[in-house]
Parts: sequence; structure tokens; C-alpha cells
Amino acid sequence: MRITPEIVADHGLSADEFARILHLLDRAPNLTELGLFSAMWSEHCSYKSSRVWLRELPTEAPWVICGPGENAGVIDIGDGQAVVFKMESHNHPSFIEPYQGAATGVGGILRDVFTMGARPIAILNALRFGDPAHPKTRHLVAGVVAGIGGYGNCVGVPTVGGECTFHTSYDGNILVNAMTVGIARTDRIFYARAGGVGNPVVYVGSKTGRDGIHGATMASAEFDQRSEERRPTVQVGDPFTEKLLLEACLELMESDAIVGIQDLGAAGLTSSSAEMAARGGAGIELDLDQVPLRERGMSPYEIMLSESQERMLMVIRPGREADARRVFEKWELDFAVIGRVTDSGHLVLRHAGAVVADVPVAALVEEAPRYQRPWVPSPPQAAPEIAAPADMAAALRALVGSPDLSSRRWIWEQYDHMVMADTVQHPGGDAAVVRVHGTGKALAIATDCTPRYCAADPERGGAQAVAECWRNLTAVGARPLAITDCMNFGNPERPEVMGQFAGCIRGMAAACRALDFPVVSGNVSLYNETSGKGVQPTPAIGGVGLLDDLRHVTTLALKHPGDALALIGATAGHLPCSAFARTIAGTEAGPPPPVDLAAERRNGDFVRREIHDHGVAACHDLADGGLAVALAEMAMAGSLGATITATPGALPLHAWLFGEDQGRYLIEVPAGRAQGLLARAAMAGVPAILLGRVESLDSLTLPGGCSISVAALRTAHEAWLPAYMGEG
Amino acid sequence: MRACVVVFPGSNCDRDVAVALRQATGADPVMVWHRDADVPAVDLIVLPGGFSYGDYLRSGAMAAHSPIMRSVIDANRRGTPVLAICNGFQVATEAGLLPGVLMPNAHQKFVCRDVTLRVETSQSIFTSRYTAGQVVRIPIAHHDGNYHADAATLNALDDQGLVAFRYCDADGRPSLDANPNGAQRNIAGIFSRDRTVLGLMPHPERAAEPAHGGTDGRALFDSLLAALG
Amino acid sequence: MKARVHITLKRGVLDPQGKTIARALGSLGFAGINEVRQGKTVEIDLAETDAAAAHSTVAAMCAKLLANPVIEDYRIDLAEG
Repeated sequence: MRITPEIVADHGLSADEFARILHLLDRAPNLTELGLFSAMWSEHCSYKSSRVWLRELPTEAPWVICGPGENAGVIDIGDGQAVVFKMESHNHPSFIEPYQGAATGVGGILRDVFTMGARPIAILNALRFGDPAHPKTRHLVAGVVAGIGGYGNCVGVPTVGGECTFHTSYDGNILVNAMTVGIARTDRIFYARAGGVGNPVVYVGSKTGRDGIHGATMASAEFDQRSEERRPTVQVGDPFTEKLLLEACLELMESDAIVGIQDLGAAGLTSSSAEMAARGGAGIELDLDQVPLRERGMSPYEIMLSESQERMLMVIRPGREADARRVFEKWELDFAVIGRVTDSGHLVLRHAGAVVADVPVAALVEEAPRYQRPWVPSPPQAAPEIAAPADMAAALRALVGSPDLSSRRWIWEQYDHMVMADTVQHPGGDAAVVRVHGTGKALAIATDCTPRYCAADPERGGAQAVAECWRNLTAVGARPLAITDCMNFGNPERPEVMGQFAGCIRGMAAACRALDFPVVSGNVSLYNETSGKGVQPTPAIGGVGLLDDLRHVTTLALKHPGDALALIGATAGHLPCSAFARTIAGTEAGPPPPVDLAAERRNGDFVRREIHDHGVAACHDLADGGLAVALAEMAMAGSLGATITATPGALPLHAWLFGEDQGRYLIEVPAGRAQGLLARAAMAGVPAILLGRVESLDSLTLPGGCSISVAALRTAHEAWLPAYMGEG
Repeated sequence: MRACVVVFPGSNCDRDVAVALRQATGADPVMVWHRDADVPAVDLIVLPGGFSYGDYLRSGAMAAHSPIMRSVIDANRRGTPVLAICNGFQVATEAGLLPGVLMPNAHQKFVCRDVTLRVETSQSIFTSRYTAGQVVRIPIAHHDGNYHADAATLNALDDQGLVAFRYCDADGRPSLDANPNGAQRNIAGIFSRDRTVLGLMPHPERAAEPAHGGTDGRALFDSLLAALG
Repeated sequence: MKARVHITLKRGVLDPQGKTIARALGSLGFAGINEVRQGKTVEIDLAETDAAAAHSTVAAMCAKLLANPVIEDYRIDLAEG
């Protein structure tokens, strides 16, 4: 078959890229080989537009065992234990078929973690949907939530948190970012590296079918109207097989049989074999006749590009095939030796007795194109006047009942967030807290991003996303350790989009440095764009922190009437770009709040010290909706009221209540300890004021004597999502 | 007390219940693989929660025909008690150890949250450390927990005092609002006629220590320890 | 022989999935739906060539595993195959 320019274009390769392939091979590729290049050189696998920027992110710290480049990042939490974690996007598949797209997204990220030898202990999801009024949104929410639950619940890993917000920029491109956190022994981390000439290459898991062929290319192309007709290429998840695969892999990992292991994700056998060979500096020869197939008559092209789920590729030590086979057969999974490690540096494929592809591994991996795409900085935003509302109480009620700030209970009650019996802090808090099984330690985990900030000022928005994640971990008492990122942007060939990407990276890098919070894994999803309309820049941040002692876990619920409430951090009343501005004043214009990373660090370190050394009854970070929404959330969680006795001073009341100044926390302490707290804050150079007190009454009293019933707030808060989903 | 936990492919609460048993009894239970021919000589058999065989076909249906289940049924006939939690309850009904069936939740969604239950009787080896009428808070996490049986079976369960737990409100009333899945007569758990089998949808092993945020499930394990030594 | 087993909920047993589908169809503008019942189909490829023998084997499969007699009915269709 002659490779025509049309075939090249259908494979998502440019004419220049095809010329590069001809040069690297010194001949024309056949169709199978073109398929290999198409997958490996896709944006999804090659990071060709983003790689030059990702280098700017700090990736090291004394506790980092493995940074970006492997299946997941690995950090040390002491006692010979490591945390393995990563977040990944499954945006395009979830838009086309929400249930299966989201389910297989969860499956893929679980495999990324257990392939490194870790038992997954928590799943989180950062979800962005279109305008609630858009005709597809409800259907997408229902499908994505059911798919995440359907998969995670069955595998038996708790889904403990995440985010879900709505904005019209996601109408045609929802974002489904799934994060998994696992625990491994530091002396039992497995890497995706092929090694040892002659070692067998083993395929385990489900059989290979024709599903998802060209998923990786799809994830790298802009959407058009035809995309919804691409349903047949969507993969179907089988969480039951995933559970068996998880148990079988962890069982085999107890022995020393495995040299290297990688899951088959995007671009299936192609990327797993090429990447393992590249990392190990080796070659791989595969006999495709040995690959367990679900359908008859599959071509080498289809076998190599299939994205059938629940499959793994391993390199086994010589003579250990029988041991490995026994484990997988116990779990009733397919097991086949499909090739050998070679020293040729080539990926060689045989089928029906003939060599059907022979390509240098380096050409597929290291030689993939890298682009320094042109970019323009995002224009600065002028700050609009944000008028005061007629009624502060009504504004607060509207905010806590708005699509973005209302309760996500309807979602997380569909997730088994308790299985494994180590979930200490349930969804709805600042961060999920999951005990490290069998110890008194716990991990705090949160995902964060405020896309409207990133759209208005990418650099500030990128820094804010990292800082808010760090703050959320701090608020539950944890020491933040590291992050994974999931960079969701529009078409990188547009300089404005590349400018957003560059700005977000720069902001994130500054925050990661200032907060000692390195990036250890991540994923880039570009082309989240339909008919030229891109999503808001959304660098979703997934952070992990450590609590050395479970007794320090702090929740946001108000605890004791009579306790004092203190506000930590400086209040300037920044309203532009806030949730208040968007929901109540009806404007999304203006710059996001400034991010002072030194103050962020100082304030957070102070709060964490207070939690550890002095005990804090409740703690909550201030974010969307500012002081008033934070206090309302604490009151609703604790079923208690509060009175604000502090006054806004020179600031307008609505700016003081709803402004989104960064680096702030609300904490509850016994009344007799409030002065000590304020004195220590002053010593540490941390702004702190006595805000008010906790009340047994069911009402919040705001400055000026306006008061609102906590029950009424809760009704508004709990009502929106079930009503929207047709169950109110 | 020596206990065993039957592990089916797809079980995922086997470790959780093993931990709760160890904390209550001081001894690790034996984990029994579904393809084993016989359960060992034990004082208690546990069928744990999860998604045995992916819950494909019907929840619990394929596990009910696992090789091990014949031995579980034989052991129960000889008097060994069986504790069947969530998916285990579904397996037990499919295997005929308990009457009725667990249908998909009326609202068609998976539901995971704390519920309040009324303990219907303390007259069993599973509930002796509770008091009849006591209201306890224990989590549920299932898609198919909607208990269904014909009227004669339901009447027999009521008449013979074989309902162990009912979903209820905070005041102990088995109201419609307190029913999380549509179960007939708010049934959350039932005994076999000879009270040697308890099947329940709630997860007592998830409310067994303070870190869980509640300890109301612990009394169930303490009851078993008191009865079985 | 190829057997096709249709499994449905017994009359009188609430079928929430059917109800949900009926509601969805109504909201899509399909009027005049009295009731929707959802079931499942299991296809089995049998080596057996005798129809009566195949039928009795598949009936045994239904009784033992494929259907739950407490709530489900089944119907078996056989075809040469």
C-alpha cells in the first residue's frame, strides 16, 4: 500500500513530520510503521508542543524518589514506604461516551500506579463541565459520574475527593481528570524499563480487540462535528478484570520475577513496547501471532494500535515465566510470551511469519518532533467596579447554592469513598484524608485549579492553583509534599493558547519553588477546543501531603459554641474575577487576586504549627466566595452558628465578605486560647484578627446585624445539584 | 473464635472485615480462595462485600455457584454461622442461604453514605451486644440493596422475628425517607430461620474503630466473640 | 445450535430501569408509552445439534444460573447454527 499525503494527514501527521520520518528511516514507512509513528508522535504521547515548557517545573526534593517520565511519581513518606501518584486526562473519550470514557480514565490511572508496585488507596477526579443550561451538560454529568463510580467502586479503591465546576468554555470539551494515589514499599518500586537481552516480553490481562484504535491521535486533534460519530473507537472498561489484574500484578511483585512493567494505555502495545525499550536503551522484537486476540482477522496495524483496556506488558527474568504464568492463571487472566528484549535498538514486529515493521526505537521516542510554538502573552485585564448587593444574606445564600459552590453530595454519594476502611476525612472537606493502612500516619490529598483566574492571568492563575492545593493540605494538618499536574488547554498552534500554557507553567514553577512542592508526575491534554473555541486554561493540580500522626487531622466543621474564630492572612477585599463577581454581579472580567508566595508560605506554616503544637478545633482555607462562604461552609458542616464581631474597617462590606484574597484561613480555637494565638501570629509576622465566635444558634450574624439561618443556607447548598439532575 | 473469610474474584471488602475481626477477636481470620473445595473447620464463615465476578449477570449470582459455596452451605447446615455483608448478602440469597433477593436500588444509582438502622432484636449471636430498638449509624455502599421477597416470605420474616435491621430515621421510625434503596419494609438485614445466617447490606466493618468516624458496627463483632468464644 | 435466552423481570416486580427508560423516552417527545420493561439477552453457541436436547440444557442453565426465579422469567429461542 502506497502512503499518500491523504493517509499521512489522516494519521494526524504534518507533511514536515512525514518528511522527518522518511529521513529517519531512510525509506518510506509501510502502513503499520506509519501507524506507530502516528501514535508515538501524537501530542498525547510525545508532548511535542509542551516539552520545552515542562522543563521549567521544579521536580526535585529530598523526599522525591522518582519524578516525571515514569508511569507515576514516587515520594518517600518514611518507614520504608512510598507514595506513588499521578493525574491524567480522559477528556475527549468522556465527551463522546461519558460513562465508558470516564470509567476507562479511572482504569488507566489505576494501572499507572499499580504498575509501579503500589496498591492504589485513593482516587480523585477533577471535572469541568459546560454551562448547566447547555443541552448536553446534564447527560454528561450523569454519565461521567456513573462511569467513575461504576469503575472505582467495583475495583474497590475509594473515590475520596476532587472537584466539579461548570463554565460555558467547556460546552464542547469537558475535562475529566482522574488521579490515583497508591502506597508501595520503597524497596519494591517497579519501573517501565526493558532490560536483559533475550529476556521474555510478556503480555497479561484482557484480550486485544479493535477498541479505541487511534484514541491517542483522537486525544490530540481538535474536535469537530464528526467526532460524536466516532463512537466505535471508544474503549469499554472492565473493572472486574482490572481488579484481578491489580491483585495478580501485586502478587507477582512480591517475587523478583519482573524486570520492567508498563500498562497498555494510549497507543496500546505501540507506546508500551517503544517506551520500555527506549527507557532501557534496548530493542524489542514482538511476535504478534502470540498476542491474545478477541476478534478474528486483526491486522498488525490494529493489534499495535488497539486501546483495549486492562492489559500490561512485562519483561520477566529468564526462567521465571512459569512462576509468572501460575499467578496470572490463578487470577484467570491471559498470559502470553509475545517477544524478547534485543540489543538491536529496533522495534521489530513479526506477523504470520514475516517482519511487518522494523523501526529504530529512538526514531519513535527521542526523535519525535519538539516544537517551540509561537506564543503571545495574555493581555492584562482592567478591574471593573463590583457593586454591593442589595442584601448580603441573599447574596451569600445565592453563592452557596450556585452551580460551582453548591454541595457535591449527589456526586460523591455515588462513589464508594469508604472501601478499604481507611478513609478518615470524607469528601466535602478541604482535602481528603486517608490513613496509611496499619499505621498511625495519613495522607492528605486534594485537587485544585481556578480556571477563571488562569484565563484572566495565566501566571497568577498557575501560581494560585498550586498555592490553593498547598493550602488545602495544610488546612487539614498535613505537610504538603509534592504534586501531579494535568495541563488542559486549547489548540497549541494558536499563539494565545501557547501564551496561556507558558504563563501557567511559569506561575506554577514559582509556586512550587516557594512552597517546596515539586511536580513528580503529570499529563498534558491539548486541543481541548471545538470549532476554534478553546477551554479556559485549566492546569489541574493534585497534591499529596503527609500527616505523621492521625490525631492532628483537622476538619472544617465548627465544633463548640463559645469558641473563638480567627482569620489568618491579610484581607484586601479583591473582588474582580471572584465567584461573587461572576455569580452575583454577573461579570467575569478583571484580574485575579494577587498571589504573595512568601506570605502564603508564612501563613500556612503558621497554621500547620498551630494545629500540631496547640490544637485547633476547626480549620478551613478561604477560596471561592471568600470569608463569608468559608464561614458558611464551616457552619453548615458543624450545624452550628457564628457571629462575626470584627468589622471591615475601610473596606466595603461586600469586598470584605466576598473578596478572594489569597493565603487565608479561618480557624476555631477555644476562647481562652485566642489571645495566645494572636500573639504567636504577631511574632511570626502573620496577619491575624479575632473574627468572632461560634454560636449554638442556627444562624450566621454578619457585620451590620444582618443574619441568616444556617438551615436555610444548607437547603440552598444541598438543593442545586439534585434539582439540576432531575431529582430535587 | 476462629473465623474464615471467603474471597471471590472481585471481593473487595475481604481485607476490611478481616481487620475488624482481628481487632475484635485478637486473631487473624483464615482467607479462603473461592476455588478451594472446603472451608476449614472454623466457628464463623464470612462472605465479604465487593463485586464478585464484577456482579455481571446478577449481583452474587456467579459467586453463589463457586466451588467453595457448596462447602459453605454444608458447614452452615452443620451449624457454622455465616455472616454475609453487602455482596455477601447478595451471594447468600442467590445461594439459597437466605430468602428473597437484592434488586437494583430504586433510584438506579450506587449509594454510599451513613444510614441509621434500628436493631430489631438482640436475640441472636450477631446482635446480642445491641439492645432491641437501638438506633445505630453504619455506612452502606451498594448499587443492588433493594430487598425484595413475596408477601408470604416477608410476613414470615416479620412473624418469626427474622428481620435483624431496618433502615430508620434518627428517632427509630422506619420511614420512607429513611429508606436508601427501596427495600421492602425497610429491611436492611435478615436472619435465616435458625438464625445461623445474618445477611445485611450495611458494612459494620466500616464503623468499627474511632478513625472510621463511628463505632456502632463494633458490637456486631463483639456479639460474635461473646457467642463463639 | 444457537440459543438466545431472553430474561425479563416477572410481571408485578418493579422494573426501575424500565421506568427510567419510559421517562427518558417521554422527555424525548415519544408520546403514548404505556410501559417499558427492560430485560437482558444471553446468546449461547452450543455444540449440541438436537433441538430438544439443546432446549433442556439451556433450560437447566436458566434454572441454575442465568435467571433468578424469585424475580425473573425467561424465554428460550433456538436456531440452527
